[in-house]
Amino acid sequence: MKLYVKFNVTATCKKVLQEQLDKFQLKYDLLGFNEVEINEDISPAGMKKIVDGFSQYGIEIIDRPKNLLIQKIKDAITELVYMEDRLPVVKISTYLSEKLGYGYGYISNLFSEVTFTSIENYIILQKTERAKQLIITNGLTITEIAWKLNYSSVAHFSNQFKSATGLTPTAFQRIINKRREALINVEID
Amino acid sequence: MHILLADDDEDDCLFFKEAFEDIKIKTNLRIVNDGVELMNYLTRTGIKLPHILFLDLNMPRKSGLDCLVEIKSMKHLRDIPIAIYSTSASEADIEDTFVKGANIYIKKPGDFGALKKTLEQIVTINWQYHTSGLNKEHFLLSI
Repeated sequence: MKLYVKFNVTATCKKVLQEQLDKFQLKYDLLGFNEVEINEDISPAGMKKIVDGFSQYGIEIIDRPKNLLIQKIKDAITELVYMEDRLPVVKISTYLSEKLGYGYGYISNLFSEVTFTSIENYIILQKTERAKQLIITNGLTITEIAWKLNYSSVAHFSNQFKSATGLTPTAFQRIINKRREALINVEID
Repeated sequence: MHILLADDDEDDCLFFKEAFEDIKIKTNLRIVNDGVELMNYLTRTGIKLPHILFLDLNMPRKSGLDCLVEIKSMKHLRDIPIAIYSTSASEADIEDTFVKGANIYIKKPGDFGALKKTLEQIVTINWQYHTSGLNKEHFLLSI
């Protein structure tokens, strides 16, 4: 005997989604057949289970959770780069995957896909920003900054700063100082 | 990303347009042809301010440098990152432009491939400044 079935796709999808959400015992509201409001916080590990569970049914979560994870990656990097003490010697891939509970390959691909830049380049950007801040507000010398940000040498720091900004740390400092003077002069006028 | 380009040279505009069409980040390009038109556009009410302004240094009626100074003196426009480009590559010119408030200085590359690469790099970094809350006051890039 052969049976032929016809689907009401909307109703089918909605039911599958409901069953999945119930399985994870989440507090939620369905806002239409492709939008769910979750009324509780989900840990990254919990989120991974949900993503895996959904993927068996070809359900993909779009946008928000990705953005959330991206934000967490950025926060983890900021936390590391902006430490008060000298930056610790860590392998960034290990640091991020331990902190976020995902494999580095997944994190790194997702990051590039959403932000259009690699994690490595983003870290260089953040370290350069931190270096700028240290140059401007703390008046640290280039040697002190290179040490604090854990560069292997002053030359390595200067080169990375130069390749990220096109300027040497000294030229950067001079420009910012001149800008400040120009601003003060305008205010006096 | 909204991009505003101020340039009087038709070939340059065409190059920019093609380069932006090819890069990964989706862009929305608007072109004005000289400094006066630029300032009129920016001071119009109700426009969506660009995420970045590419400014040719040599334009008729009002130069890029004059526009730069004017924009940086206006409170509601001050935060727009400005990329100046010019054929001059003198260190003094570059530094002077930065002191006057430019964020990016582009030495015009010789060929299209290099221009495209440069623009992609700028748009990508600019995107990080917008999406990661970085301090735009210290955004300096000489390329």
